[in-house]
Amino acid sequence: MLGMPDEIWVPIRLTIELATISTLSLLVVATPLAWWLARSKAWFKEAAAAIVSLPMVLPPTVLGFYLLIALGPDGPGGLIASLWGGRTLAFTFTGLVIGSILSSMPFVVQPIRNAFAAVGDRPLEVASTLRASPTRAFWTVALPLASPGLLTGAVLGFAHTVGEFGVILMIGGNIPGRTRVMSTAIFDFVETMRWREANLLAGGMVAFAFAVILAMILLEKRFTRVGA
Amino acid sequence: MRSASKGKSSMKLTALAAALAGFLTSLVGPVHADVTHVAVAANFTEPAKEIAALFKQKTGHEAVLIFGASGAFYTQITHGAPFEVFLSADAERPKMAVDNGYAVADTLFTYAIGRLVLWSRVVDVTNGEAALKAGNFQKLSIANPVAAPYGTAAVETMKSLGVYDALKPKIVQGNSIAQAFQFVDTRNAELGFVALAQLHGVSEGTRWEVPLKLHSPIFQDAVLLKTGANSEASKAFLAFLKGPEARAIIAKFGYVLELS
Repeated sequence: MLGMPDEIWVPIRLTIELATISTLSLLVVATPLAWWLARSKAWFKEAAAAIVSLPMVLPPTVLGFYLLIALGPDGPGGLIASLWGGRTLAFTFTGLVIGSILSSMPFVVQPIRNAFAAVGDRPLEVASTLRASPTRAFWTVALPLASPGLLTGAVLGFAHTVGEFGVILMIGGNIPGRTRVMSTAIFDFVETMRWREANLLAGGMVAFAFAVILAMILLEKRFTRVGA
Repeated sequence: MRSASKGKSSMKLTALAAALAGFLTSLVGPVHADVTHVAVAANFTEPAKEIAALFKQKTGHEAVLIFGASGAFYTQITHGAPFEVFLSADAERPKMAVDNGYAVADTLFTYAIGRLVLWSRVVDVTNGEAALKAGNFQKLSIANPVAAPYGTAAVETMKSLGVYDALKPKIVQGNSIAQAFQFVDTRNAELGFVALAQLHGVSEGTRWEVPLKLHSPIFQDAVLLKTGANSEASKAFLAFLKGPEARAIIAKFGYVLELS
């Protein structure tokens, strides 16, 4: 693309793939989790919420270290990998997706949970008096009402995955086309004194981050105006 | 009451004077014990720790050790990193530091010649050449060949054996030789090229010491950086590194001291 060499273009493509797959998986996992956190009255609910939020506070090295063990031949990752004849999920794209899901989870769950909480009981009660089943009420009432939260969660999850570095450095193995994403490629270029390439990718990241944050602010403004 | 507060303030004054005196002495230059910051290539971690401990015991100076990949260190040095001594894993980067004015020319010397080892905790690599040619493994760990000299030597070795192209898709890279070791140690990679010094005291697994003829020698050079040109402790550390006590430690960890 645009005459960019593979070593620039491949990490960009891989990063977008990783962020897209991670975000879609996150929406599938985080939405029911956020629903439960917003509606449940279980006593251990907040403890579960705290566990989900841990990656927000922990340094990525902690996650990276435990993932390296867990994805390896002695952990559950090795067991999963053995299903298709592998030994470990470290150094694989799948491994990176798992790492990204875990580390971006709080950024997706939080806004969706807040959105579900903001919907409140009332619309669901109304739906139930109109004889909507709870499942139907969820799909046709709660989910559409919470869609701004889902969108925020998706954008944050995508952006956070693009920005992921520490975890990937520790479990990736820097394989071109498979685990060498933008953030680790930049690190590599800087280490090997290739400023021009580092600049290209890093500059792109700055522009991307700016666009994401601006989009978030504009989206929020639009939704609050519609709500008001 | 009044005299007590007066006593307190005079005590504060004395403390201030002492602090000031300490500050001034530090400006004039160290008289006794001093501190030097040494950037140490990751492969030399363990011997460097032993040498620094002995150095402190013998001279009273303290060597603060910072471990990492030689390539990363060089980049940091050119951007004003607060190191006074550089123990690289190659000869190229210390020379570049001299050529570009970051290091003192006549302080350059080879402190060790590195030994590369193929190590595994999963497959039998006692005959490393055969194991590499058979290729019965999924992941082979090496240090980043652009940033870490042991990684370069690993690639050269595979090329000498004519297996590089076949093994290339199986290679995973650690950011330094320390991470390459960690990938093998956690068994995420079945085997990997590490430094012999890293296996000092390690009994697990099988190993194959790569014959020196398979890759260009890993001359590991040390140099005094310009930032340490006036630091007694830094100069003393380099002198100590050349001495018999340090050389005994270096040899103990499996480095070659001179090419025969």
